[in-house]
Amino acid sequence: MQHTLSLIVENKPGVLARIAGLFSRRGYNIESLAVNTTEVPHLSRITLVVKGDEKVLEQITKQAYKLIEVVKVNDFTGVPVVERELALIRVKSDATTRRAIIDLVEIFRANIVDVSDKDLIIEITGDSEKIDAFKKNLEPYGIKEMVRTGKIVMERGLKLY
Amino acid sequence: MLMTVAEAIIKYMQEEEGIEVIFGYPGGAVIGFYDALHNSTLKHVLVRHEQGAAHAADGYARSTGKVGVCIATSGPGATNLTTGIATAYMDSIPIVAITGQVKTSAIGKDSFQEVDTRGITMPITKHNYLITNPHEALRIIKEAFYIAKTGRKGPVLVDIPSDVFLSKIEYSVPSKVDLLGYKPNYDPHPLQIKRAAQLIKEAERPIILAGGGVIASEASQELIKFAEKINAPVVTTLMGKGSIPETHELSCGFIGMHGAAYANYAINDSDLIIAIGVRFSDRSTGKVETFAPNAKIIHIDIDPAEIGKNVNPYVPIVADAKRALERLVEVVEPKINAMWWEKIKEWKTKYPLRYRMSNDIIKPQYVIERIYELTKGEAIVVTEVGQNQMWAAQYYKVKRPRQFITSGGLGTMGFGFPAAIGAQIGNRDKIVIDIAGDGSIQMNIQELATAASERLPVKIFILNNSCLGMVRQWQELFYEKRYSCTLLDVAPNFEKLAEAYGAYGRRVEKIEELDETIEWALNINDSPVIVDIQVNREENVFPMIPAGGSIDKMLID
Repeated sequence: MQHTLSLIVENKPGVLARIAGLFSRRGYNIESLAVNTTEVPHLSRITLVVKGDEKVLEQITKQAYKLIEVVKVNDFTGVPVVERELALIRVKSDATTRRAIIDLVEIFRANIVDVSDKDLIIEITGDSEKIDAFKKNLEPYGIKEMVRTGKIVMERGLKLY
Repeated sequence: MLMTVAEAIIKYMQEEEGIEVIFGYPGGAVIGFYDALHNSTLKHVLVRHEQGAAHAADGYARSTGKVGVCIATSGPGATNLTTGIATAYMDSIPIVAITGQVKTSAIGKDSFQEVDTRGITMPITKHNYLITNPHEALRIIKEAFYIAKTGRKGPVLVDIPSDVFLSKIEYSVPSKVDLLGYKPNYDPHPLQIKRAAQLIKEAERPIILAGGGVIASEASQELIKFAEKINAPVVTTLMGKGSIPETHELSCGFIGMHGAAYANYAINDSDLIIAIGVRFSDRSTGKVETFAPNAKIIHIDIDPAEIGKNVNPYVPIVADAKRALERLVEVVEPKINAMWWEKIKEWKTKYPLRYRMSNDIIKPQYVIERIYELTKGEAIVVTEVGQNQMWAAQYYKVKRPRQFITSGGLGTMGFGFPAAIGAQIGNRDKIVIDIAGDGSIQMNIQELATAASERLPVKIFILNNSCLGMVRQWQELFYEKRYSCTLLDVAPNFEKLAEAYGAYGRRVEKIEELDETIEWALNINDSPVIVDIQVNREENVFPMIPAGGSIDKMLID
């Protein structure tokens, strides 16, 4: 099962290497990774998507906590969250296919950010499923390149239940 | 007052941490530190290989309970330390390792003797640092000691570029350590203590499993009090040896691959294991799926990550062993466990530790028994790794914590002798012996020069079977006697080797000479001594539970 973990870490040199090293030597696979600063200057947030059962996840969490520079570990599994990824997709496009692609872009509320006579660059944000679906729809036209960020998440403010 | 970072670190270590001795080896990147050392009163023990420095700091820490300190230069100096750091890490021993680094401006340029020490030691330290700003040096050194000796103890490394050592700073130590992400929990949760007490009350066949954590937290007295109150047998892990005197009537030896059969039978038949400061390593449990199948487990450990890592406890207690035991003693009701003891006594009678005595060849087990008798069970026993280690563990009954020093987790051959040097420096008044094999002793034999120049009367007893005995044993039992590369037919003359280093040496070939030679060695007090004892090559360590096997696979003899 996939879990999204958010690690609040002290913004010190080598901290990402510590996390990556811990995951690799304990045999945990990182599916997606996003690292950036937070609203607090000396803290960074590392958002990770990992696979594993409850027991594996418990160990990952505890092992991560053992790192001196890890301040907080949150598991967002089963928690209502807003999750986002961003992708830039370079798709083949000429006069005959451009209109159809623009239609898709509108349906998915993506943006065209670069145009040439041979291709378009499309920017899309959303959860993983949305980006996967968009990519699948574009495939028949020919995807030349795709760049995708790691997932970031934020817990929803309103608790529905 | 302005002083160099090197001077400030030495001042800090002496004044704030009470450090009396450090173990090290100079080199280009640490000349600044050694220059400051030259004018200080801090004792430095010059080892002959950096690995020796790390093991000596480790042996010093294990035998005294204080933090051990070692220092080495950049590049090869640092990489030579790593085996010793990893050894300390696996056994949760508090040491602080200081390494020199190339000057700040040269970092990352593949400079002479440059290696990414912080990167290399990340997985084998509790934490590590690279100091790039001299003004952070004292804060970092303070944090390093704090992290090493608190919570689950362990090695911390501080990498210091050569120019940082020489930078001038104001001597100002932060009043306290403030680490956002490091807050060890020492106090047990009252509810879990209550649940544990209830389980203990209900148990018919309770057993206490004491590990290195009991020794690390100085909880031996509390352990004994607790065990006596519930009249439960106490087995230990290899690392827990000494947490209860092995002559105590509740003591049932140590469990695991080469533990006494009765110890393994007892824990496997128990219905409740009260595990304190242990990590249920593969060498202790054998096949974990079939380990103690009917036992509920109360797992007390300071490290939350140990709970549920290898076994699933019924009651987890994240706490310092000493505090948890203090609480438990208060709440548990006295027990007798009469039927259970009957069974255990039966096992003890039926399956004692034993070997076939011989009158013409010297049996290694007999050697340990004689050393035990002649030192009245009082010596600090340090071991190398392999058969010598297991025989020492089986036949030398220790009386107190910190008396048995061995590389349990990493299993480092070459650990024993330098660790014994550290132990002797921390315990000048005690007899320190290294039980060695002819393989292991050659891994750090150069430290004879260290011991000789420090006039340390460490006694090395080599159980010389002219082979790498433990691997040979596995080859005999599991690889159809194909003795691939384990027979050491060409060996140095250890007697002469000792003399070459300015130490004493003797060789024992006849059983009649054994006692007299051990006595001779024990009476030497001004120099290291090697006693090279010729034992039989074919002797195996039994009992043995083959790796990954269950107790029903145990080979008794």
